[in-house]
Amino acid sequence: MSIIENHKTDGKPFCDSAKLSARDVCVHYGEKQAIFDVSLDIGKNEVIALIGPSGCGKSTFLRCLNRMNDTIDICKVTGEIVLDGGNIYDPKVDVVPLRATVGMVFQKPNPFPKTIYDNVAYGPRIHGLATSRVDLDEIVEKSLQRAGLWAEVKDRLHSPGTGLSGGQQQRLCIARTIAVDPEVILMDEPCSALDPIATAKIEELIDELREKYTIAIVTHSMQQAARVSQRTAYFHLGQLIEVNSTDKVFTTPEHQLTEAYITGRFG
Amino acid sequence: MNYSTLLIAVLIALGGAYLLGRNRARTLASQGAKMHSLPTHYGALVALWTTLPPLLLLLLWAVFETRVVDMLLTLQLPESIRLAGEADVRLALSKVHNLAKDSSLMAESNLSGAAAHLVDLQARTSLLKGGVILALIFAGLGLTWRRIQPDMRARGEVESIVRKLLFLSSAIAVLTTLGILASVLFEAIMFFQKVSPIEFLFGTTWSPQVALRADQSGSSGSFGAIPLFTGTLLISAIAMFIAVPVGLMAAIYLSEYAASNVRQVAKPALEVLAGIPTVVYGFFAALTVAPLIRQWGETAGLDVSSESALAAGLVMGIMIIPFVSSLSDDVINAVPQSLRDGSYGLGATKSETVRQVVIPAALPGIVGAVMLAVSRAIGETMIVAMAAGLAANLTANPLDSVTTVTVQIVTLLVGDQEFDSPKTLAAFALGLVLFIVTLALNFVAIKIVQKYREQYD
Amino acid sequence: MTNSNLTTRQKVEASMARRRASETRFRLYGMASVLFGMLCLVVLFGDIFSKGYSAFSQTVLTTEIYLDADYLEISTTSDEQALMNANYEGLVKNHFKTEMQPSGRKERRQLYSMISAGAGWQIQKEILADTSLIGQTITIDLIMDDDVDQWFKHDHGNDDGSTRLSEAQLGWLDSWVESGDLHTRFNTTFFVNGDSREPELAGIRGAMTGTFLTLLVTFLLSFPIGVAAAIYLEEFAPKNRLTEIVEININNLAAVPSITFGLLGLAIFINIFGVSRSTPLVGGLVLTLMTLPTIIISGRAAIKAVPPSIREAALGLGASKMQTVFHHVLPLALPGMLTGTIIGMAQALGETAPLLMIGMIAFVVDVPGFINDPSTVLPVQIFLWSDSPERAFTERTSGAIMVLLGFLIIMNTAAVVLRRRLERRW
Ligand SMILES: Nc1ncnc2c1ncn2[C@@H]1O[C@H](COP(=O)(O)OP(=O)(O)O)[C@@H](O)[C@H]1O
Ligand SMILES: [Mg+2]
Repeated sequence: MSIIENHKTDGKPFCDSAKLSARDVCVHYGEKQAIFDVSLDIGKNEVIALIGPSGCGKSTFLRCLNRMNDTIDICKVTGEIVLDGGNIYDPKVDVVPLRATVGMVFQKPNPFPKTIYDNVAYGPRIHGLATSRVDLDEIVEKSLQRAGLWAEVKDRLHSPGTGLSGGQQQRLCIARTIAVDPEVILMDEPCSALDPIATAKIEELIDELREKYTIAIVTHSMQQAARVSQRTAYFHLGQLIEVNSTDKVFTTPEHQLTEAYITGRFG
Repeated sequence: MNYSTLLIAVLIALGGAYLLGRNRARTLASQGAKMHSLPTHYGALVALWTTLPPLLLLLLWAVFETRVVDMLLTLQLPESIRLAGEADVRLALSKVHNLAKDSSLMAESNLSGAAAHLVDLQARTSLLKGGVILALIFAGLGLTWRRIQPDMRARGEVESIVRKLLFLSSAIAVLTTLGILASVLFEAIMFFQKVSPIEFLFGTTWSPQVALRADQSGSSGSFGAIPLFTGTLLISAIAMFIAVPVGLMAAIYLSEYAASNVRQVAKPALEVLAGIPTVVYGFFAALTVAPLIRQWGETAGLDVSSESALAAGLVMGIMIIPFVSSLSDDVINAVPQSLRDGSYGLGATKSETVRQVVIPAALPGIVGAVMLAVSRAIGETMIVAMAAGLAANLTANPLDSVTTVTVQIVTLLVGDQEFDSPKTLAAFALGLVLFIVTLALNFVAIKIVQKYREQYD
Repeated sequence: MTNSNLTTRQKVEASMARRRASETRFRLYGMASVLFGMLCLVVLFGDIFSKGYSAFSQTVLTTEIYLDADYLEISTTSDEQALMNANYEGLVKNHFKTEMQPSGRKERRQLYSMISAGAGWQIQKEILADTSLIGQTITIDLIMDDDVDQWFKHDHGNDDGSTRLSEAQLGWLDSWVESGDLHTRFNTTFFVNGDSREPELAGIRGAMTGTFLTLLVTFLLSFPIGVAAAIYLEEFAPKNRLTEIVEININNLAAVPSITFGLLGLAIFINIFGVSRSTPLVGGLVLTLMTLPTIIISGRAAIKAVPPSIREAALGLGASKMQTVFHHVLPLALPGMLTGTIIGMAQALGETAPLLMIGMIAFVVDVPGFINDPSTVLPVQIFLWSDSPERAFTERTSGAIMVLLGFLIIMNTAAVVLRRRLERRW
């Protein structure tokens, strides 16, 4: 499986109603290049799955989409990522409203060492989204409900979020993200630390969230990609090899590397 | 023979015994015997048995010589002195020692008999000591040397002795703690037989000056330590008021904001502040800061004492800044990056993340760090000894002069001490309080920090 | 999701002005804290330096003085008793009396007070070194009294009238300044003399020797014991309750106030064991107990840093545990242990409080020769001098602090260099 020089992405990386469009994105960690000229559209209200062998740059690319890479000193991003017509890498853009619009859920559940209520209320509080206590209560309840956690925690909203089980913690993190009411949600292997039952719950949740949000999800599991996404993008060694509808990728992949990956020849 | 001569003799014996033992093993081996261990092991074994017993004896001798000599000497004192009481005996003994040193004085004293006896005694013990030590050296050497046989397990024996020595070394730390406790406890108990603990802990007047003669007024002194405790707390509070915010903010800035080149300069610079001896801070506080504060106070129309609590507290605060900042830095760095990411991912600014996620997450560790800093402030001696006063005022006014527990310990123990006087013993009672309080603070703080670290490991 | 019609993005944008301001404020607090810390450092060093740099120069008066054998009552140069006891101070006074012609007793006293009490000693030293000088006229730089010293170094030229010198004295001084006889030279006295009540004769040699002897005792005891304890705890100690207690104990001990070690020294070493007070021996014993935790903790870290592969290789070759540790682990861990020991020694060097308890605060003029002689140490000398009202003592205190800080900087630099070396290897 050799590296392909200047690979032009196979399939359909672009779409008509793009929420986010990346153009010629390159990422360097110091001297080392991690992403090579990736161009990709993410459509409104679609779920796009990013797959590929580990270390191929899925997380790196995902973190470009809300400039989380800014927190890593040595990380340099070039190219253009346009959200609703504006380049988010424009020096004038402030990352705060950007990240409020493009939320993120991480691989390992990372609830803050606060109560469940305060975890969910964190975003609305810092952004001043609620005008009153009642307002805030409502946001918290709705977010927990949407995340499918309300029934389980409504009696212990004021106990620490870190006391929940792994799956519950991850749903709490999702609730925390949707409490800000973003437009796009980025998820980096949100189920990799969870058991199958918790995973099923999250997958169900993603399906529901699609109505309202645009979602990009990195996943290691091809079954998961097949279950939750409409389009799938395959990354290999920092390059975007192929993007197609999920059905097509898993039934008739265009590129041999994609085929090799989904048939389990490496990963 | 004095101690250094004997010590040198033992060291020479060490080398000699090693060579003798090794050579004997070599000789045996060359004669065709199959030795159990290497020749060096036999050498080491002989060396250990030759030097350890005399060293131990030398130590015991050093510990008990003065007491035994004094005991024997007491019997030689004139009856009148012996019956007069302990203090007089002690005085007489020290006179006898002086007489023995300078024989020109001896003729004129009623203690000359005892002094002559002492000279005699010293000569005899010195001879005895030398003889016993040399005997031990040769006994150890001879016995062990003869034990060297092909089937002797020298290596095992050497290793088990060395292991015991290693264990003893690490036990010294525990012995030190016990030693501190014992030294303050015994004298403190004697103090509490003269002054009630209630008066000591809750009394509000501190004037330990015992009168020289019994008929002078205030002959008993008064030992209410409350002004000392409040003085200590006042100065520590001022120090914490400076050190905690500045140290914490500096740690936050350096770990979350500063570029790496800034960090590389600023961190060692702050550490230099921690390496400066406290006596230097004391000098700075007493000669620069205190006059400055007094001057400012005067222009502002305030009445500032020249040994104000403020000056000592301020400078102590400066001294503790690097202590707080390096401990907080460790603690803040232990907060996992994933928590920061979670906050940034929701669109929080850096300061929001620090204030609402990092600090709360690090809080137990920071509390531990602050407790260690408080313990440090309470136990700090030189700055207060030089810049704070001796006046035991019960006040919360930082412009007044206050005194602290440590200052009083120093004052009571420096200079001529009369033993068994409540004044001297009071220092040990204060030491006991200081030791217990700081030990408790350290113990809890170290536990908290340890728990905190385990949480994120 | 909320009741109002604004989108999240609009609300967030609306909050940005306030949040940017608070972000800037917070960052400024942080920057100010770091700057405050560094400023303190600069002010502290600047203050000490500005007060202390002049301690390294000394005012002397170049004088031609006739060593009158009759006045000194030295008939034969082999008479040692006469050489030792001659009235050199009187000779100096006499010389200035005839030279400057003071009128009246008051002026005469003022004149004499300008020359240091050490001037006589200077003459004596010259003569003892070369008795043939008797009966000759020699040129010598006589040490001046501290008031003159301070006037010449600080007040001369800026007439703010703060000096304690009288009109007559100022007149003589001006004439000496004019002739160029009054000048400063490097203050060797400060480095070769012990303590003295006269500031111009006070030096730090006694304190430095005391410090050296004390640290020697400390090092000779704490290094082997510390290394042995670290080896035991890291390599041999069974993981049980007792070991845990020892460990907790060491950590706690590292944070116990230093003054309590002084109490231990007083109650146990001096009162029970009968070690003599004020000696480097008892000082070293106390400082040993104080620095042990530092050395043990850093020693354990150094042993931990030795890769396990080295242990496995040695054990694999059939070496016993003890041999592995002493022949393979210890040599590799030694530089790290040495670093910790240097840092511990630097702490011990600056320590004052516990030494006050064990009597190292005594006024000691003689330079100690052995660990059993009464002596003081540099930090305690600083403490003692800082209490003296004379301006010249303040200057010397600062000078002594500069010397102390110099030693500390050297030791800490050595530790840093050693650590760098270490990091490069692994
Ligand atoms: N913080 C970082 N610093 C340096 N290199 C990094 C960093 N994060 C990721 N990389 C490198 O970038 C490449 C892509 O990593 P990543 O995006 O995490 O891969 P994936 O999520 O697909 O497993 C890897 O080679 C990885 O080593
Ligand atoms: Mg990843």
